[in-house]
Amino acid sequence: MKLLRKLAEKLMESLLTLSGAVTTAAVVLIFAYLFREGLGVFSESPVESRVVLAVHGSNPVKQLNADVIRKMYDGQITNWKEAGGSDVEVVPFYQSDITKYFSDSALGPEFANLPQCIGQLIDSMPGIIAAFDTSYTPAKFAGHYVQTDQVSLISFLSGRNWYPTAKPAAQYGALPLLLGSLWVCIAAILIALPLGLAAAIYISEIAQPRVRRILKPMVELLAGIPSVVYGFFGLMVVVPAIQRIFNLEVGETGLAGSVLLAIMALPAIISVSEDALRSTPREMKEASLALGATQWQTIWRVVLPWSSSGIAAAAVLGIGRAVGETMAVLMVTGNAAVIPHSLLEPVRTLPATIAGELGEAAQGGTHSKALFALGCLLFLITLTFNLLVEYLVIRRRRAAGL
Amino acid sequence: MISVIRVRLVASLFLALAVWSGCSGNWLGRRKHRHIISIKGSDTVLPLVQREAEFYMLQDSVPSLEVTGGGSGVGIKALLENTTDIAMSSRELRTDERLDFKAAQIDIVEQPIAYDALALVVHPSNPVKQLTREQIELIYTGRITNWKEVGGNDLKIILFSRESSSGTYEFFKEHVLNKRNFSASALCTSSNGAIVQSVSQTPGAVGYTSLAHLNQAVKPLAVSYDQGQKYILPADTAVSYPISRPLYFIYARNGSEHALPYINFVLSERGQQLVKDEGYIPVN
Repeated sequence: MKLLRKLAEKLMESLLTLSGAVTTAAVVLIFAYLFREGLGVFSESPVESRVVLAVHGSNPVKQLNADVIRKMYDGQITNWKEAGGSDVEVVPFYQSDITKYFSDSALGPEFANLPQCIGQLIDSMPGIIAAFDTSYTPAKFAGHYVQTDQVSLISFLSGRNWYPTAKPAAQYGALPLLLGSLWVCIAAILIALPLGLAAAIYISEIAQPRVRRILKPMVELLAGIPSVVYGFFGLMVVVPAIQRIFNLEVGETGLAGSVLLAIMALPAIISVSEDALRSTPREMKEASLALGATQWQTIWRVVLPWSSSGIAAAAVLGIGRAVGETMAVLMVTGNAAVIPHSLLEPVRTLPATIAGELGEAAQGGTHSKALFALGCLLFLITLTFNLLVEYLVIRRRRAAGL
Repeated sequence: MISVIRVRLVASLFLALAVWSGCSGNWLGRRKHRHIISIKGSDTVLPLVQREAEFYMLQDSVPSLEVTGGGSGVGIKALLENTTDIAMSSRELRTDERLDFKAAQIDIVEQPIAYDALALVVHPSNPVKQLTREQIELIYTGRITNWKEVGGNDLKIILFSRESSSGTYEFFKEHVLNKRNFSASALCTSSNGAIVQSVSQTPGAVGYTSLAHLNQAVKPLAVSYDQGQKYILPADTAVSYPISRPLYFIYARNGSEHALPYINFVLSERGQQLVKDEGYIPVN
């Protein structure tokens, strides 16, 4: 009998240890995977896999960056002078354009002569830049290959152009996405924190017990609404409202995202900071009141300082939700990958980019690695916020002598 | 006494758990259910396939169908990873995808099930009625930025596009934009429905959507592919609208026998009638 109970206890204990170990291992594994995939992008070439770029033999250009290549193929750079070459017009060419230059009979059955045709074309046009599959490399041609710069950490973080599906060379400049995320998130927390804190103070200190019993579950119910529903609500209600109020050309803006995120972060902030406020010992409050302080003075000078670390935790939770939130933001911020100059412009956030593009990115390819790198960036942002708040709380406690 | 009961309870719980996990051992592995056909991919094809599925499942003793969206690329990737039976796609397989299937030794069938017209839509208050392909290219690559340059009011053009995981996005880039990149200031939305919704709320907007998603809240434009000699509206069935494309079912030649009756149903006379009813163009 006793033995059985002891055995059961031992079993429970080992189960608990096991689940702790499993959770830790899972977290470590996810981080390792995330960073391994994400950092992989920095040794990759921006040119599609299995594709090479070649130019005419007389062309002095040996190296191009992805931005110049994209502009050539988009018709924004039309002369090799602009790319450090001689005064020749740029002729961009993909292998699928071959039918414009050669007839079907010249190409042979099943495109058997495609490599020779590509070789001839490169040799006949001084201004050509040709992108073709390595399996169609001509046996001999007088042109030479063009090298491209690898994706670097600096170009990734400071690049202003996010063209992940540009062909033949993609551009991964995450600066607009990074700034978009920060703008939306900071604005959201500026809306949510004062509002949430005010609501928490009301619920914990001022409201009647009966009101509190209704209000608190109501607020927590907000957290149970799926984010896609918030997104839909945002698209139908918040976006047109913002468009009307600010008289904008388009309502899908960073502000719409911030407002939604603020609503979504509210339950966490209210709930956690209310718990913190209520953990203030009754004696402290009563001592304050006994000294003749008003209720407001008690709240401001006693309750708030006492619960500051809990409130900081609430802020961290709110920020965590805001930075990582995907669906609602994806639906209302417009997702244009340009650097935002105000909150009233469309922005594209990091998580929205990952969600929107991961489906198309070939697994193990440069694009998917770049998306993982965005994930790493997101993680580092949340970590920084957490450490910052932690530091502030510690400093404050030291100053208060606690 | 109580503790004995408790121990028993815990023990039987674990036993139940073990039995359950034993039964569903296949749960995480490959989906080899013969009773469910899973279909995944393009959001453009989704409403049609859902409608077809509803009618198909009215018959007796047919497998049930699981239809989910996510974009053509998502479906094709799922097919490659063998997590779906049929991929819906609004574009052809790309070369790299073909090579991936070859590497995985999966023999692929691309079966067109319907044709879809891509309508260019603007806000109903916009006086512009028609555009040439060249104008559309200049608008979407960001070189024309005001409606007055194409005969409209003095109003900034707001571009609406789809996310890059969408087959519609690729098709539009390939066949309308002449492979040029979308302007970075284009707003990306995640579905046809969201484009229609956003365009209907934005006076200066232009967007592209599958004909089946078109409604009264937005105005379709007539498009010319011959430098403005003849403009054609997407709803005009007498002449062929230039921006149209086949919609595909993509599946493995071997191993999807259980899905074949459904594919045949979609291609049958009844199935193609549904294609017409849903606003798409039948294949034959």
